[in-house]
Amino acid sequence: MDFGLSEEQQQLKTSARELLAAECPTPAVRRAMASDDGTLPELWREIAKLGWTGLIVPEKFGGAGLGMLDMAVLLEEQGYAAMPGPFLFSAAIATEAVVRGGSEEMKAKWLGVLAEGKAIGTVAIAETSDRIPTLAKDGRLSGSKVFAPYANLADFVVVSVRGEAGRSLALVDTHSSGVILNRLRHLDLTRRFGLVDFGAAAAEQLSGGESLHRRILDVGAVAIAADSLGGTQRALDMAVDYSKVREQFGKPIGSFQALKHAAAEIVADLEPARSLVWYAAHALDAMPKEAPRAAAMAKARLCEVYSRGTDRAVLMHGGIGFTWEHDIHLWFKRARFNESYLGSPAYYRERVAQLSAY
Amino acid sequence: MDLNFTPEEDEFRIKVRRFLEENIPKSGLGDGREGREDKAWLARAKEWQRKLYEAGYVAMAWPKEFGGQALEPVRQSIVNDEVVRAKAPYLIGGSGLGMLGPTLISWGTEEQKKRYLPKILTAEEIWCQGYSEPGSGSDLASLRTRAEIVGDEFVVNGQKVWTSGAQYSDMMFCLVRTDPEAPKHRGISYILIDMHSPGLTVRPLVQMTGDRGFNEVFFDNVRVPRKNLVGKLNEGWIVANATLFHERNMLGSASGSEQRFNRLRALAKSIQRNGHPLSEDPVFRQRLADLQIRVEAMRLHAMRQLTDQIRGRQPGIEAMINKLVGTELNHDLATAAMEAMGDDSMLARDEPSVVDKGYWPYEWMFSLGLVIGGGTSHIQKNIIAERGLKMPKSR
Ligand SMILES: Cc1cc2nc3c(=O)[nH]c(=O)nc-3n(C[C@H](O)[C@H](O)[C@H](O)COP(=O)(O)OP(=O)(O)OC[C@H]3O[C@@H](n4cnc5c(N)ncnc54)[C@H](O)[C@@H]3O)c2cc1C
Repeated sequence: MDFGLSEEQQQLKTSARELLAAECPTPAVRRAMASDDGTLPELWREIAKLGWTGLIVPEKFGGAGLGMLDMAVLLEEQGYAAMPGPFLFSAAIATEAVVRGGSEEMKAKWLGVLAEGKAIGTVAIAETSDRIPTLAKDGRLSGSKVFAPYANLADFVVVSVRGEAGRSLALVDTHSSGVILNRLRHLDLTRRFGLVDFGAAAAEQLSGGESLHRRILDVGAVAIAADSLGGTQRALDMAVDYSKVREQFGKPIGSFQALKHAAAEIVADLEPARSLVWYAAHALDAMPKEAPRAAAMAKARLCEVYSRGTDRAVLMHGGIGFTWEHDIHLWFKRARFNESYLGSPAYYRERVAQLSAY
Repeated sequence: MDLNFTPEEDEFRIKVRRFLEENIPKSGLGDGREGREDKAWLARAKEWQRKLYEAGYVAMAWPKEFGGQALEPVRQSIVNDEVVRAKAPYLIGGSGLGMLGPTLISWGTEEQKKRYLPKILTAEEIWCQGYSEPGSGSDLASLRTRAEIVGDEFVVNGQKVWTSGAQYSDMMFCLVRTDPEAPKHRGISYILIDMHSPGLTVRPLVQMTGDRGFNEVFFDNVRVPRKNLVGKLNEGWIVANATLFHERNMLGSASGSEQRFNRLRALAKSIQRNGHPLSEDPVFRQRLADLQIRVEAMRLHAMRQLTDQIRGRQPGIEAMINKLVGTELNHDLATAAMEAMGDDSMLARDEPSVVDKGYWPYEWMFSLGLVIGGGTSHIQKNIIAERGLKMPKSR
């Protein structure tokens, strides 16, 4: 039995934690929040140099050829830092779609530049969305508007489409004529969200049909779960640290049982949930039959734990936690984004029930 | 047991309903968040309260000599229900009406009552609450803002924080330390401070909602007449607690929860999921019904407390739970709405496609603020256990 991160994964985690602590502290996050495009360009260049953007790109296209568990390790740390930018959507989800479903030509066109961090992909794949565009016979995508994270920066969008052969994924180059990208203003400013209007642009179908779509959704679910894992840990750490320094009634507030129990409850939710993330990521790498259910469990549980954990972490800060100036709201709002993105916990619990055949 | 209203009361309800239908401002004073800095908004908000007062629907139980009507609490509760039902804007002078007013009626001098109560009713003077300080929140009695008596004035130095509405208030009811030598609960006084006094500075703070709601207030040798003392010198803690009692009942008010529930139900009916309204989704339906049950329990709980009040019974442990239960319930209602909206819940309120004018995202955050404000849920639980259940103190 060997359930846990490998030596190398531990190292990856530690170095990611250190890098983001230095290069992506909250003042930097806030800079991105206030910026037009919602990113930190220098940080992006730096993580590209380190090979993060090519983590799951096969070696022959210039990537590291690693798996989803390695990716989950990085995403956890990005969640811990509330790292802004399109990484999760581009380097994890969209890249996986091209790796698994792209033609040789498409791979040659995109994977190298994705690995180098020079191209950015995004996805519009939510199954729960009622805005799924239709792919016409001539390969053009009719003008539906879909939500897509960081649409403002994306060079291509992987989009779920309805076509003759049912549901599948297609890739649209955002530089092609017809495509309009609009920014949507929203609550979690550590991310950007946009609206894509395809306007009958040319789309290239990815191979793999329904089953590829499914896998990409599972990858997305695990990616969001990993981000949530790190975010919950961060909110907990902040609340615990604060409870040691803030004094009321002549002692640190952490000495009150109410706060101890609140913190312990977050840990009791978090640690088993950590195992769900590892398992689900490993399943995507090595146990394809188990992957869909494990991904659904991870998404449902982690998003719930993240939302509740950050909510109680705000309360543990008292009045200061309700200010814009204090950082805890960054995670409080990011948790809300994670919860709704790609489907709610209720949706994923239903999936668990279905996949477990009850 | 008789849950019926008298024919006169029913008639009165219809009159109120009609008044509200005809008079509610169309200008979207709605959620109290619009343009807190904006003078025109402030004027409209004051005008609305004045209108409601002139119609006879504000603070109806207050004594006649100070602008009230000395009516039974039932009448006010009918008005409150109707105000909620009509989704009327909240009252800008809420902290004067709900907190200071009742406190002054019990603890103020005749002169204070005459001077302040009428202007609370008409919204001519807006009040804010100067309790919390940077070092004193849950442990309010440790507060350090100092007031020294010089001649017939208090000279106030120190700082308050999280003061809601200070940026547009005219007056503050404020806790100050008048005897630094005494044990902490015994050296506090309750005084009324003119917000326009020299030496007083207000610095707005931005809340997590992105709005300016609460403030820091600094006192640099601010002079306050001695006659602005409420209750006895150094015995302000008792008066402070009277105000807190009223505040907590106000924050936990059941009619507010009912309004939110109704809005949530309408939302769930308007959202389509798998080709059906979300309100028909078996899972969400359970959730809605559970929330409705909790809201209904609190509505009935309020009726029980109203009955006790009419019969002149002292409130007991059943009143101590109002703030805890009401604010957590409101936050749960808003959280359910956020979940119902999915990705749309994340839209900012200035986004044209935002649902329900952005009410829910704001409410989701603000309701958490009220789980903290007025004494956090943790503190409420301590009070219920220690004062209500007489369990041993841990501190
Ligand atoms: C939206 C909003 C509006 C407000 N408006 C006003 C206003 O108008 N006027 C005003 O005076 N104040 C106002 N407040 C301040 C509010 O009353 C305080 O924030 C609150 O009492 C908590 O105090 P604190 O912020 O210092 O937190 P702290 O007291 O530092 O509390 C931090 C954490 O420790 C916990 N804690 C502390 N002591 C104990 C204990 N003994 N047992 C268990 N847990 C404990 C708290 O529950 C909390 O989780 C407002 C606050 C908010 C959020």
